[in-house]
Amino acid sequence: MIRILSRDVALAVRAGGGFGLSLAFFLIVVVLVPFGVGPETAVLAPIAPGILWLGALLACLLSLDRVFALDREDGALDLLATAPVPLEGVALAKAGAHWLTTGLPLSLAAPFLAVLLGLPAPGHLWLAVSLLVGTPALSLIGTFGAALTVGLKRGGLLLSLLVLPLYVPTLIFGADVARRGAEGLALGPPLALLGAVTAGCVALLPFATAAALRVSLR
Amino acid sequence: MQTEMSLWSYANPTRFMATTRPLLPWLSALAAACLVVGLIWGFFFTPDDYRQGSTVKIIYLHVPSALMAINAWFMMLVASLIWLIRRHHVSALAAKAAAPVGVTMTLVALVTGAVWGSPMWGTWWAWDPRLTSFLILFLFYLGYMALWAAIEDPDTAADLTSVLCVVGSVFAVLSRYAVNFWNQGLHQGASLSLDAEENVADVFYFPLLVCIAGFVLLFVALVLARTRTEIRARRLHALQLRERMA
Amino acid sequence: MSGLVASDLAVARGGVPLLAGVTFDVAPGRALILTGRNGIGKTTLLRTLAGLQPPLAGRVAPGGEHIAYGAHADGMKATLSVAENLGFWATLHGAGDIAPALAAFDLDDLRDRAAQHLSAGQRRRLGLARMLLTGRDIWLLDEPTVSLDRASVARFADAVRAHLGRGGIAVLATHVELGIEAKGLDLERYRVTGATGGPGGGDIFAEGAVE
Repeated sequence: MIRILSRDVALAVRAGGGFGLSLAFFLIVVVLVPFGVGPETAVLAPIAPGILWLGALLACLLSLDRVFALDREDGALDLLATAPVPLEGVALAKAGAHWLTTGLPLSLAAPFLAVLLGLPAPGHLWLAVSLLVGTPALSLIGTFGAALTVGLKRGGLLLSLLVLPLYVPTLIFGADVARRGAEGLALGPPLALLGAVTAGCVALLPFATAAALRVSLR
Repeated sequence: MQTEMSLWSYANPTRFMATTRPLLPWLSALAAACLVVGLIWGFFFTPDDYRQGSTVKIIYLHVPSALMAINAWFMMLVASLIWLIRRHHVSALAAKAAAPVGVTMTLVALVTGAVWGSPMWGTWWAWDPRLTSFLILFLFYLGYMALWAAIEDPDTAADLTSVLCVVGSVFAVLSRYAVNFWNQGLHQGASLSLDAEENVADVFYFPLLVCIAGFVLLFVALVLARTRTEIRARRLHALQLRERMA
Repeated sequence: MSGLVASDLAVARGGVPLLAGVTFDVAPGRALILTGRNGIGKTTLLRTLAGLQPPLAGRVAPGGEHIAYGAHADGMKATLSVAENLGFWATLHGAGDIAPALAAFDLDDLRDRAAQHLSAGQRRRLGLARMLLTGRDIWLLDEPTVSLDRASVARFADAVRAHLGRGGIAVLATHVELGIEAKGLDLERYRVTGATGGPGGGDIFAEGAVE
């Protein structure tokens, strides 16, 4: 499993594509927001946590259709399915690799982009924390969506339609942690709930993903 | 012999078609009767609310459609599980047939909610947790139907949509609590929303019950009719395949 | 290991029944060559044997954990080197050393070359080298000699013969004469036609009176 994860990370880094692309997308989304709502910090600062969470969420979405599609095209998915590794493990490893190449860099970049939106100082740390806790759930849910659509010719758009509604709880709790962090409020409950959503996803979604993969393969 | 009597025997398409054919006209007539009686009773023979005036009467559409929007999804969940566990084809097709009915109910609930909210809140839309949850449910329905439409092989489509339905159900419940958490302050308790029947007097309550019965019957009749159509479409597909191979 | 047994197997592709009543057994050390025209269901049959898709009817023994499946798409990553690609599959299958597999398919000189810079024949040999690394008894090979030159075909035949010599089993879908002593199985006679109707017509919806 570790081996699948490290291979996928190596592939993502070597091929270049997914790795830098989602970060660049995140940057562009954040840069475009002030053009839409105006440059005043009084406007930007209150919506910054939400914008950054939304931007990270969309950036996550960007590379999802590659999670299984490449392996399906070159036959690796068939071989992984016949290898002595449970498909649930493959699903978890794939989600892990996706997180390491998108969620983690996005979480680390977010505090710097927060400066552009005038997020007050204590918010930076909590923004990064909320993303670090929440983005694994985004990767796991996205991997599930990718498994549902892997065999389809135009799966990309459908993938977004399937995955985005599933992102609602993570987005609500995650953005709430970031907002409360910026306002200096107590953030125990949303952080705990965010962690619970992620933990639940880690524990349960690989089974659903593997079930979907088995169907998509045949 | 016992298995012949079992409920599962209706999962055979032929049995299902034979059983539902005589049932459908009666169900449809009963649904129409309940709706006509319930709505006329509710709209014209109940007094106006002392606070909300005649706008309150939209509950006769809003409450039953909202109930059925959730129940339709629940029925799809049960049908999906039956397909996943026991591989009954009719069950999968019934889930597929229920989705457009469910999404219509959701839409009716949303629109009547907005119409009701307009004079009450002074705005067509408020991010009230209940309304928001229905909007999210609407998105779940759209995704589910889009997945059905995107997959060619019917059994594969049934499998994948069933898995989506099960996972989606968990996330729908999760979203409901998340939305409550997100905006707990805005909604004003039972007087405005789903729990309305707890607060309304008997004079509103009985026509509401008749309307709910009408919506339930309407839902069952529509799902049966649509399932029959789906079965015919599948049969046509199967016969064409057989012909092509001959 | 008691050989590969298929009994009364029916397979379908995309819901369309292709083959029915396929029955054979292959003893350890023996090979089976599947023939039949394009589209008859050779690939589908191999995928069913490999456990990648469930049969419409019938049984296969043993299960997927004894089977190594090799198709046209070999799962090799273009940006990884030969050694990296093989090393990945070796770890997954718990095989220690990739050197014997490299040697068997004459890939030693290419071990550090990225898979995208291999010729079609070299690429094919890389895919076949993976079969050795799985350490599994039953090889299922789908058109294994496509784009191999004559020398490579001979080397491939040697590898299969060595596998059989170790008591392994090979099932090949190929039209190329490999010089391997093998049983042939023409799939034409198992083809599902409208007349035979397949296993119960294949589809519950085709049954009963049409309303």
